[in-house]
Amino acid sequence: MAEAGRGDRPLVEVRGLTMHFPIYKGLFRRRVGEVRAVDGVSFDIRQGETLGLVGESGCGKSTCGRAILRLYDITAGSICIDGVEIGRASQATLRPMRPRMQMVFQDPQASLNPRMTLAAIIGEPLMEHTRMTAAERTARVYELMDAVGLNRTFANRYPHEFSGGQRQRIGIARALALNPRFVVCDEPIAALDVSIQAQVVNLLEELQDRFGLTYLFISHDLSMVRHIATRVAVMYLGRIVEIAGREQLYASPLHPYTQALLSAVPEPDPDYEAARRRIILTGDVPSPARPPPGCRFSTRCPKVMDICRRVAPELAEAAPGQFVACHLYPATTPEPTAGRTGGTEARPRAPAGQFQQGEPQ
Amino acid sequence: MPDGATAVLAVNGLKTVFRTRGGEVHAVNTVSFRLRPGEVLGVVGESGSGKSVTMMSLLGLLPSPPAELRAGEVLFEGRDLTRLPPEALRRVRGAGIGFVFQDPMTSLNPVFTVGFQIMEPLRKHLGMTRAQAAARAAELLDLVGIPDPRARLRDYPHQFSGGMRQRVMIAIALACNPKVLIADEPTTALDVTIQAQILELVRDLRQKLGMAIIWITHDLGVIAGIADRVMVMYGGQVVEEAPVKRLFSAPRHPYTRALLGTIPHIRGPRAPRLRVIEGQPPILRAHPAACPFRARCAHALPRCAAENPPRFPLGGGHDVACFWDADTGAAREAAPREGGARHG
Repeated sequence: MAEAGRGDRPLVEVRGLTMHFPIYKGLFRRRVGEVRAVDGVSFDIRQGETLGLVGESGCGKSTCGRAILRLYDITAGSICIDGVEIGRASQATLRPMRPRMQMVFQDPQASLNPRMTLAAIIGEPLMEHTRMTAAERTARVYELMDAVGLNRTFANRYPHEFSGGQRQRIGIARALALNPRFVVCDEPIAALDVSIQAQVVNLLEELQDRFGLTYLFISHDLSMVRHIATRVAVMYLGRIVEIAGREQLYASPLHPYTQALLSAVPEPDPDYEAARRRIILTGDVPSPARPPPGCRFSTRCPKVMDICRRVAPELAEAAPGQFVACHLYPATTPEPTAGRTGGTEARPRAPAGQFQQGEPQ
Repeated sequence: MPDGATAVLAVNGLKTVFRTRGGEVHAVNTVSFRLRPGEVLGVVGESGSGKSVTMMSLLGLLPSPPAELRAGEVLFEGRDLTRLPPEALRRVRGAGIGFVFQDPMTSLNPVFTVGFQIMEPLRKHLGMTRAQAAARAAELLDLVGIPDPRARLRDYPHQFSGGMRQRVMIAIALACNPKVLIADEPTTALDVTIQAQILELVRDLRQKLGMAIIWITHDLGVIAGIADRVMVMYGGQVVEEAPVKRLFSAPRHPYTRALLGTIPHIRGPRAPRLRVIEGQPPILRAHPAACPFRARCAHALPRCAAENPPRFPLGGGHDVACFWDADTGAAREAAPREGGARHG
C-alpha cells in the first residue's frame, strides 16, 4: 500500500470489517451471543469506480454499507476513506467528514420526512454543514433538482405527492447536496417498477460521469449490477466469497455460490431458459447467529469437500484480478505443514492481494 | 380464440372499479382471456397495471365496497363465477381454484399450526376426517419438498423460512387438487436461489398434476422460464398476448418492446446505457377512452388519443391492442383483421 502514490490510492479501503450485533436474552438480558452480520470483510473501491455488492437477503450487504459510513459503531476492522481512517473515530469527529460520504437509501418512502417539503429535505444538509445564506441555499436546491430531473415547480411539495421513482430522485439530490466523493447506494431501485428502475440507474450513471462520484452499489439484482458496476463483490453470510471485475465475474464465476447465484437468475429469453442447466441449491441460508464452522457455504455447497467443514477458506487471487474464498482453488488450500490461517501466505500474491478475511482483530 | 370450449377458465370483458373518496379508479378495463387445461399463462405488468386485481376480482376476493365488478363474466366449469352466491363461490375457491399470494408471511395465520392450515380446506371442501386430512397434509408437504413433513405439521409459520413458507402456501393451494392455480407474484419476496427452487418445484408439480396455472409477475425473466403463453397488462387492460417465444422474439406492442429493452441481461453484450420508458404509468379515473400508453409511447398516432385500440389478432395466438403496426412501422388498417393473415 505504501508504494502506491497518492493518485492511485483507493478512495475507500476496508480491512477486516466486522459488525456483530449482540443478542440479549432472559430475565437479566444477559448477552447470549451475537449476530455476525459482517464478519471480516476487506475490499478497496477505487476513485470513480462502482463496486457492486451482491448477495441474498440477510447476507450482511446492507449492514456492510452502513458500517462503512459509520452509521454503526463497528465491532472491529479499519475503514479508510479518502486517506482518513474512520473505523474508530467518534461520531463527533466524523461529523465534519460526513459531506464527503453520503448514502441513498432503499425505501424512498421511509427515508424522506413526510412533514418536510422537497426544498427543505434537499436543503437540510446544506443548512447543517455549510454557511450558505437562504438565497444561496435555494439556488443550490434548484441546481440539484435540475441535476436529478425534478421540475423546479415541485420545490414546495411534500414527499407523498411524488411517485416512487421521483422520491428516489429526491433522495439522490439530498445525497449529492454537499458534493460527496463517495456514495453508498443501498438497494436504490429495489422498491421501484421495472420501467422506473432503468430511469434511476441511468441517472446514477449520468451523475457519476458528471461529478466523478465513486459508488458502492448494494443490490440483490444481479443483472442490474452487471449493468452498473465496474467490479463486483459477492457476499454470503457475512463474508465476501468472491470479488472480481464485472466481465470476469459474470463470464467465469469461480466460487460455487457465485455460480449457483448466477444460474438462478432468470433470463428474459425463453429459448435460453428452456435449454439452461441450473444449479439448484438445497436448503436455506444458515442463521448468522450460528454460522457453520469452516466455510460458511459448506452446508449448501454442491462441491463440498471434507476440508470445507473444518477450515474457513481465505480470499485469495485464483485468476488475475479475481479473488475467491474457496478450497477448490489451489491458492487457498493450506499446505499440509502450514497453520490454519497461514497457508495462503506461502504463495505469491498480486500487489492488490491484501484481501484477507478474518484478519486478527 | 376458437378453442373457447376447451378452456378451463374463460374471462370475458371483466371490469372492476374502485370507488374511493377521491373518485373512481378503473383498475380493470374489459379484460378477456382464456386458460387452457395444463398450460401456464404468465401475466406481466408493472404495479398498478391491474394484474392482481383482475385475478382477485374474478374470484370475488376484493372487498366490496370499495371494489365493484361492473361488467364481465368468468366461466369456470360451466358456471359464471360472478353470478354465484357467496357460499357457492367459497366452494369453488380452494377446491376448484387455488390461490398463492405474494407474501407468505402475511397470508399464513400465525396463531395456527401449518398442519391445521393445510388440513382446513381438506376437511371443509373434501369432508375428510382429521386422520385422513393429516395424512394428506403430510403427503402435500412432502410433495412441495419440505423434509420431515409429519413433524413439521405441528410447527407454526414463524418456524419456517420464507421459501419454506411459500412451499406451505403452495401445499395449501394444491390441497384439494384444483384445476386452476393462480399464483400472484409467488417468488417476488424470495431470494433468487430460493426463487429457483420454487420455480423448479412448480415445473415439476405441473408435470405431475397437470393443472392450469396463472402466474402473475413483473419479472420477465421468470415468465420466460415458466410460461407457455403470456399476457402483458398496462393501465388495467391486456395490451398484448402471445405464446412465450413469440412474445420475446417478436413483441408487437410498443410497451412490451420498451419493457424488454429496459431490463439488463446477465449475459451477452452490455449496453452502455439502459433504455428507459419516460414518464409514469397512468392512474385511470374513468374508463379509458384512449390508449393508456399513448403519453409514454414512441409511436403514438393521432388516433391513439381519440379511441382505445381493440385487440388486433395477428395469428398464431398472438394479438396486440395497438393502432401502430410494428411490421410496417405505420398505422394499422381501420378494422381488426382476421387472424393468420400475416404470420400464418
